[in-house]
Amino acid sequence: MAEKIEDRRPPVTSTGTVGWVRANLLYPWYNALLTVIAGWAIYSAVKPFIQWAIINASITLDPAVAKEYSGAAWGFVRDMWPVFMVGIYPEEYRWRPAVALLIILALVMLTLVERFRGTKWLYALWGCSPVAVFLIIHGGFFTGLEVVDTHYWGGLMLTLILASVAMLFAFPISVLLALGRTSDMPIIKSFCVAYIELVRGVPLITILFMASVVLPLFLPTDMELDKVLRAMVGITMFFSAYLAENIRGGLQGLGKGQYEAADAIGMSYWQKTVLIVLPQALRIVIPPMVNNFIGILKDTSLVGIVGLVDLLQIAFATTSNPKWFGKLEEAYVFVALWYWILCYSLSRYSQHLEKKYASK
Amino acid sequence: MSQHAHEHARVPFWRNPQIRAWIYQCIMLGGLLWVAFTMYQNTLANLEKRGIGSGFGFLQNEAGFNIGETAPIPVLQGGFLWFLVALIFGLFASRAIAVWLKKQDKTITSNDKTVFAVIALVGIIPVLVLYIGSDSISFTRYTEASSYITALMTGFANTIKVTILGCIFSTILGLIIALGRLSPNWLISKLCSWYVELNRNLPVLLQLFFWYFIVLQQLPSVRQSIDIGGWFILNNRGLYLPAPVAQSGAWPFCLAIGAAFIGIYFIFRRSVRLLNECGTPGKILLPSLALLIGLPALVWLVAGAPFTLDYPVLKGFNYRGGIDLTPEFTALLVGLTVYVSAFNAEIIRSGIQAVSNGQREAARALALKERHVMRLVILPQAMRIIVPPMTSEYLAIAKNSSLAVAIGYPDFVSVGGTILNQSGQAVEIVGIWMGVYLSISLVISLGMNWYNAKIKLVER
Repeated sequence: MAEKIEDRRPPVTSTGTVGWVRANLLYPWYNALLTVIAGWAIYSAVKPFIQWAIINASITLDPAVAKEYSGAAWGFVRDMWPVFMVGIYPEEYRWRPAVALLIILALVMLTLVERFRGTKWLYALWGCSPVAVFLIIHGGFFTGLEVVDTHYWGGLMLTLILASVAMLFAFPISVLLALGRTSDMPIIKSFCVAYIELVRGVPLITILFMASVVLPLFLPTDMELDKVLRAMVGITMFFSAYLAENIRGGLQGLGKGQYEAADAIGMSYWQKTVLIVLPQALRIVIPPMVNNFIGILKDTSLVGIVGLVDLLQIAFATTSNPKWFGKLEEAYVFVALWYWILCYSLSRYSQHLEKKYASK
Repeated sequence: MSQHAHEHARVPFWRNPQIRAWIYQCIMLGGLLWVAFTMYQNTLANLEKRGIGSGFGFLQNEAGFNIGETAPIPVLQGGFLWFLVALIFGLFASRAIAVWLKKQDKTITSNDKTVFAVIALVGIIPVLVLYIGSDSISFTRYTEASSYITALMTGFANTIKVTILGCIFSTILGLIIALGRLSPNWLISKLCSWYVELNRNLPVLLQLFFWYFIVLQQLPSVRQSIDIGGWFILNNRGLYLPAPVAQSGAWPFCLAIGAAFIGIYFIFRRSVRLLNECGTPGKILLPSLALLIGLPALVWLVAGAPFTLDYPVLKGFNYRGGIDLTPEFTALLVGLTVYVSAFNAEIIRSGIQAVSNGQREAARALALKERHVMRLVILPQAMRIIVPPMTSEYLAIAKNSSLAVAIGYPDFVSVGGTILNQSGQAVEIVGIWMGVYLSISLVISLGMNWYNAKIKLVER
């Protein structure tokens, strides 16, 4: 019987950490060079940032003390963060946006529970939530809460409200536009094509200007629209065109057999559309729609140009106040962190959805 | 048969889907017309109430405001007008040739004579016209006494400048980042993927503010400028580079470069022809380089130096002369380039990754060289996937350049906004904005669609 020869272990230089470093960082020679260059680039960018943001930073609430440190004055953010969240919303009513946020978070929590998902009462709660949030933040009507005019809305709250409202209203409009564009009625089709291509061909800022200076001219002389509402109209108009193109992709991605089968069993156009086409088409376009929402969220920052004070403009508003004058870097880092966390988590969510639907 | 027709006739007309469709459309058209009419009436009433006139007559009025960055604008008369006429005529004529050839089932590249005719029509004749008429071309530069039209044209020139440079730089940077993400080097690949994640999840306006208010404000003052041999001067008032000034030899020199490029085109065609006929490609690199360097150098020797350099010099409180890039322009260009390059990188990376590995392996099995694998097999297929989304990124640059208004770069929107505030002619200005941006979008889409049609898969 032949003697059993032990398997020889692979050389130590090609396994484990050493092997990994060799294969991924050092081999061949130009890779080692690239590694050194990249390492140097990271070091030279990160080192000053760490020094500024952590080592030399202060978190004192007193601006006079903060001046003695050469780094970031995070006390500014500690002091001002409620303003970043809600803008110049009256201080004594700040609990109201917080309650609104809690309602939305509670709804999200409920939705995360598998057992409640898809139940009618949950849909009903979600359906009521925009009205509830509006009533709590705005007040007035039958609630007995003090009215806080939209003029006082600002900060992250305004950014999120603008983005959600735009999504909420753009969605039904864009479904109609997409259906119109794929229909064979010439007048409706050409209207939808013209609208979509017109809006997609111009920058958002011109639409916002249109909504803020031209729209009031189009309305009857005695009608006044407030600034926030005008921005909402502009953003909704803009995004319904982009969303419509996404949804059209979903409509065209559907097999022809689905349409023909629905016709064959004698469904009317709306039965066919609502019961057969849309449920399948909309499922395909959920991931691109989340990406669209990220786009809305980022582009709401443009409302600053037409005079609203959203999350980005708060950076200027807070740093021009004499107490924390010129702390623009800290403000930007804080604002950027918010945008980045929101957009990054949403984009991860859309990737997750894409994988989930692809495997089905 | 007759019974069938009888049954058909009994169906009431509102049950007929075609008639119903027309009824719906008529209702919608009526509604739209009614909305348009009401809006028109309201606008007239509102304008009257505010005492604002209507129409485009105001564009002739004196502007009276200052624009920080002006470009010379050719006046539409004399040589420039003839140049435009020749160019448009050439474009239409070559289009007609292409259509005529297509009817005869030929492609435009199938015949050297037609290629040369097209080159002559689009390139050579307009340039010749420009050369002949160069004495009668005059430029105006915007001053405060100029009209609103000149102001808008200056803004438009600034928008175009940023858009073209932004497209070029963001493509190059995007390509580098995409190759970095595909690199086997772990550190480089991670670095590039964080670059992408960081940039595309932050609003472009925030990034513009970052470059303008934070990075550029950190730069030294004029007295302490970063100066590299007088060639490259950077301070918080902008970036200064030496500018080429055209001398008498400039015209022949440019023509020589143009001729060299046409020659290189024919060298390429000869190489492809030899490859098809004999199996070995003709030489490309050496003859092309010789042509590209030799011809202009010869002209330089004969006709004298085409350009002299005008260096920026510190005079008084600022640098004068040379090319002067304002901080606003620099911030806008850098901000747009960095933001869009992240998206471009993702598009290019996914395009390259979408080419199946079998293609690469098959090419290697045929013993193609590694550079030929990339150039002849992978890239042509990746381009088909890359071009359509890239088009929308170029459109995004053109549209996002309008954010210039937020950092004070005098682009088309920003100048229009100033005019809007001065004259109150909101409807007209917004109309001009939309018309011009639609045209820009249309031109970019047409160009990219033409390119896309050229490279797309020919299915037989």
